[in-house]
Amino acid sequence: MFTKYIFFFLSTVALYSAIMVLLSRKPIHSVLYLTLTFFAIAGHYILLNAQFLAVVHVIVYAGAIMVLFLFTVMLLNLNKEEVSPKPVWIKIVAIIAGCLLMIVLIGIFRGYDIAIEKDPALTQIGLVKNLGQVLYKQYLLPFELASILFLTAMVGAVLLGKKEQI
Amino acid sequence: MGSGFIIYKFILASLILIISLVVAMYSTLIERKMAGFFQDRFGPDRAGPWGIFQPLADGIKLFFKEEFMPNTADKFLYILGPSLTMLIALLTSAAIPWGGDMVINGKVYPLQVADINIGILYIFAIVSIGVYGIMIGGWASNNKFALLGAIRASSQMISYELAMSLAIIAVVMMTGSLSLKDIVDSQKGINWNVWYQPAAFIIFLVCAFAECNRSPFDLPECETELVGGYHTEYSSMKLGFYLFSEYINMFISSAVMATLFFGGYHFPFEDSLGLSPNALAAVGFLVLFIKITFLGFIFMWVRWTLPRFRYDQLMRLGWKALIPLAIVNIIITGVVILIKQG
Repeated sequence: MFTKYIFFFLSTVALYSAIMVLLSRKPIHSVLYLTLTFFAIAGHYILLNAQFLAVVHVIVYAGAIMVLFLFTVMLLNLNKEEVSPKPVWIKIVAIIAGCLLMIVLIGIFRGYDIAIEKDPALTQIGLVKNLGQVLYKQYLLPFELASILFLTAMVGAVLLGKKEQI
Repeated sequence: MGSGFIIYKFILASLILIISLVVAMYSTLIERKMAGFFQDRFGPDRAGPWGIFQPLADGIKLFFKEEFMPNTADKFLYILGPSLTMLIALLTSAAIPWGGDMVINGKVYPLQVADINIGILYIFAIVSIGVYGIMIGGWASNNKFALLGAIRASSQMISYELAMSLAIIAVVMMTGSLSLKDIVDSQKGINWNVWYQPAAFIIFLVCAFAECNRSPFDLPECETELVGGYHTEYSSMKLGFYLFSEYINMFISSAVMATLFFGGYHFPFEDSLGLSPNALAAVGFLVLFIKITFLGFIFMWVRWTLPRFRYDQLMRLGWKALIPLAIVNIIITGVVILIKQG
């Protein structure tokens, strides 16, 4: 099927660019590869018929957060191609932590019996109408709590950003 | 989904691509003629009658100019910048309904490349990634002025995207759908959204100026402060791509505004004319074009009338005037809809 090839293409792009985020020397290139990863993942969402999630993913992550990342990296002029010498123990700790995360992820996916839909085009949950129904009826309280959390973060950011004492 | 479907979509997409390019090409001429009119002079009138070949002459000039790339530039990103700008500018047209349904041999052919049920969000997604081309180009040229232009462009676009999206929410609330086709069909006849949502239209228009980097918000390329802005180091057709994509953006945002607020391809008394569906679709396409031309004229009118804003004024207008206005507009719309429902 045609979608199978798209899936493999998107997966290749996502994996390659995710690895390149770590391997590129220039911070700007890392940021741009991360953006590419986000686009590939948005493509996966579309394959799963979750259009709303895909487009919000692009608007929020690729369109706003990564632009701010790029903005900061450009403004700080972090264009030195240097390999920052990190102590050996940090590297060891990082490897152990990464492996632990991997184990947890494998544990999650082994424990659950994930229902794999035969044809993702038939699942309608990703469409705006159904998502809105679920979000505003079934999960109203968590949704509102998340909004309050965002508001708090926004107020905090403004407070920290203000130069003079309040 | 047979091969006929793919061929039809391919033809439609190519046609829209060609139309966008030709319109953008000739809007450069119209822009200069307008500038001439507003400044009481003729504008370009040497190449052909009424300067009709001027865009061709400009294109040829840009193609044959010397290609210059700074030594210290990041080569790949330097080329990626203008290409990305052009690509993203052309992407938006896929979701816009350009006309009603054509019926050929009993088959229905909608004049829209993709009727996705999140059409308006798709357009926002494209708008929000539109800044990458400018940022990448500005940074890759390794020039302080270009970098400043790129940074200005990014913060300006992020700020005005918010007000733009909030302005559209009121329209979406009235229609109850995110699909552009549904939004257009809810404005049949003269039942245009602009009569119900004038505030949203004004906010959207102002944000569209800012998103297209058009005057009075053309700070990313402010000549008096930044030499040439983000495209200071660009020459030849790469510069041409940057300048050209501005006109494509202008055309597409006029089309989006015509779709959202001016009823798209609908026009008054269309049902009482007794036209066949095909003729109606053709007339609808022409009507949409007249609306786009009018909105494009507003873009040029404003550019040659108003002086440039200062950067802090731009930010203040975006965050402290347009966003609160848009939120108030949403609240009022919500209250009115609730009262109407009883």
